[in-house]
Amino acid sequence: MTLELESLRIEFPTRRGTLVAVDGVSLSIAPGEVLGVVGESGAGKSITGMAVIGLLEPPGRIAAGRVLLEGERIDNLPHERMRRIRGRRIGAIFQDPLTSLNPLFTVGDQLVETILTHLELTPAEARTRALALLKEVGIPAPESRIDHYPHQFSGGMRQRVVIALALAAEPRLVIADEPTTALDVSIQAQIIALLKRLAREHGTAVMLITHDMGVIAETADRVAVMYAGRIAEIGPVREVLRAPRHPYTVGLMGSIPKVGAGAGKRHARLAQIEGAMPRLTAIPPGCAFNPRCPKRFERCLAERPELVRSGANEVACWLYERDAAQPR
Amino acid sequence: MNATLLSLDNVGRDFDVSRPWLNRVLEGAPRQLLRAVDGVSFEVRRGETLALVGESGCGKSTVARLIVGLYAPSRGRVEFDGVDTASPEAARLRGRMQMIFQDPYASLNPRWRVRDIVAEPIRVLGLLNRKDEIDRRVAELLRQVGLTAEDGEKYPHEFSGGQRQRISIARALSGNPEFLVCDEPTSALDVSVQAQILNLMTDLQERLGLTYLFISHNLAVVSHIADRVGVMYLGRLVELARAEAIFARPLHPYTRMLLDAIPDLEMSGKPRTPVAGEVPNPLDPPSGCAFHPRCPHANDRCRTERPKPIRRAQSVVECHAVEEQRI
Repeated sequence: MTLELESLRIEFPTRRGTLVAVDGVSLSIAPGEVLGVVGESGAGKSITGMAVIGLLEPPGRIAAGRVLLEGERIDNLPHERMRRIRGRRIGAIFQDPLTSLNPLFTVGDQLVETILTHLELTPAEARTRALALLKEVGIPAPESRIDHYPHQFSGGMRQRVVIALALAAEPRLVIADEPTTALDVSIQAQIIALLKRLAREHGTAVMLITHDMGVIAETADRVAVMYAGRIAEIGPVREVLRAPRHPYTVGLMGSIPKVGAGAGKRHARLAQIEGAMPRLTAIPPGCAFNPRCPKRFERCLAERPELVRSGANEVACWLYERDAAQPR
Repeated sequence: MNATLLSLDNVGRDFDVSRPWLNRVLEGAPRQLLRAVDGVSFEVRRGETLALVGESGCGKSTVARLIVGLYAPSRGRVEFDGVDTASPEAARLRGRMQMIFQDPYASLNPRWRVRDIVAEPIRVLGLLNRKDEIDRRVAELLRQVGLTAEDGEKYPHEFSGGQRQRISIARALSGNPEFLVCDEPTSALDVSVQAQILNLMTDLQERLGLTYLFISHNLAVVSHIADRVGVMYLGRLVELARAEAIFARPLHPYTRMLLDAIPDLEMSGKPRTPVAGEVPNPLDPPSGCAFHPRCPHANDRCRTERPKPIRRAQSVVECHAVEEQRI
């Protein structure tokens, strides 16, 4: 496994008590695999990604659990050692390509700097590699574009440059946090295809964090659905999207408008989940989803469900307790 | 009563994006105009939902602002219920149309209580005068959008994004409008909240007989809510058709491309046609048909001659290839 999270718990101590942003999250990503992490804002998906690359904003801290990169524990490393892992072994792609790039340097300078930091190459070799990278991410005429500044690129092209930067040192793991959210649909498809191809070709594990189920459906091999800092359901993407088990996943899938389905039919209603995700200050006891769940019963109010196997998926829901108890 | 509530006739809007005057004088830089909207014509019928879709910079939000009068058209005419919105009589149209904005964090005054936010159009339009009447109306409006009368005492920061959008809708409804212009009303919201707001908008339309102009970049949302759909590209309306027609039988190559670019949630394994290229710089739009550099069906005529709107069974489309029956 390239990445393993074991019962990760992330806390934010505040004056009014400790907020638990991520609570007991365990998952793993194999080489070449794309794991999608979906959830609504505040579900803890970005915080999980930040914890993996060691960039949690203080006072946020990992309170319990472990992060393993290729079997090696990385959550307790000193800053300096973590800094060397970041970029070299873990690459990162963020939502807004404009803030990920330095406006004062050409994209070539930024690529060469990254390559020289992590790999033992001469500047000339680094530039050759930078050109090859730009070519690989599909920038036309890289020989002339390499000396351009970020503002001279369009949004989609900038995100390609960011991907090239993330891949510059051939990392084993890439954390992609909403990489296509700021882009138009037609560009989105190009970036998704690029990300997927690169993960396959280089055997890179990708943690794809997004709120967009469509992007997950296109890119991910497996998907983890997060709710209020916990994993509600995790499994192969086809299985989770087509046969969701957790009532939250069912509601989430039902609330996504489908193209063409009932187009022009007047007054069709979407399935809706009542209410909103709880604030971190007020996570209900038992299952965090219970106030909004149409299928809740007494046990959901009192006891917190752990992930249990149901078919190909794992679900944190008391409804599936019986399935798991049966001998397989 | 006239079946057409709103009509746009060959409407255009330019923005002056020239360098400052002194630079122009010293450097000899020319005046530069950005054609944000160029020759757009369509009608909105009473009680329907017309959606405008397109990528960023296609001019869809500018059209919304032209309609409600936040911008004046540079060319062409916008008529609401037979009255030119640029004419002096347009003042009495105020209140009959309202707007809902994309960002519910920016569109509500953080220093006002919700009841004052919702009551403002009532006061400005002079619909009610007595305080108890206004209070009763505000409470009714808040209940109508799924909030409670007590929520009126709170400030916007006490609400989530979805609830804030409900407040925006209550404010828009407080002037008793017939027509709502909704500019990306759900794109800042999470999907489950988006579903709540879309359902609310559908219910309100049914109950109050509202007409919507719905601006969005999300084709799935549009396919859900719209009766008719207009597709914009670089300031032009390239296709306009009934929703079921546009999703089943798109005509314009750009519409086809947009539909192909939607991620496939059903995971049917249908291969997605990769979209080539990006939207060109609107300051320097391509000659002829604006879509020709990205179009697989472009020929010499497309490169030189701007296509005129042509009628097909259920659609109006601007495309030479469709006209010549090449596609």
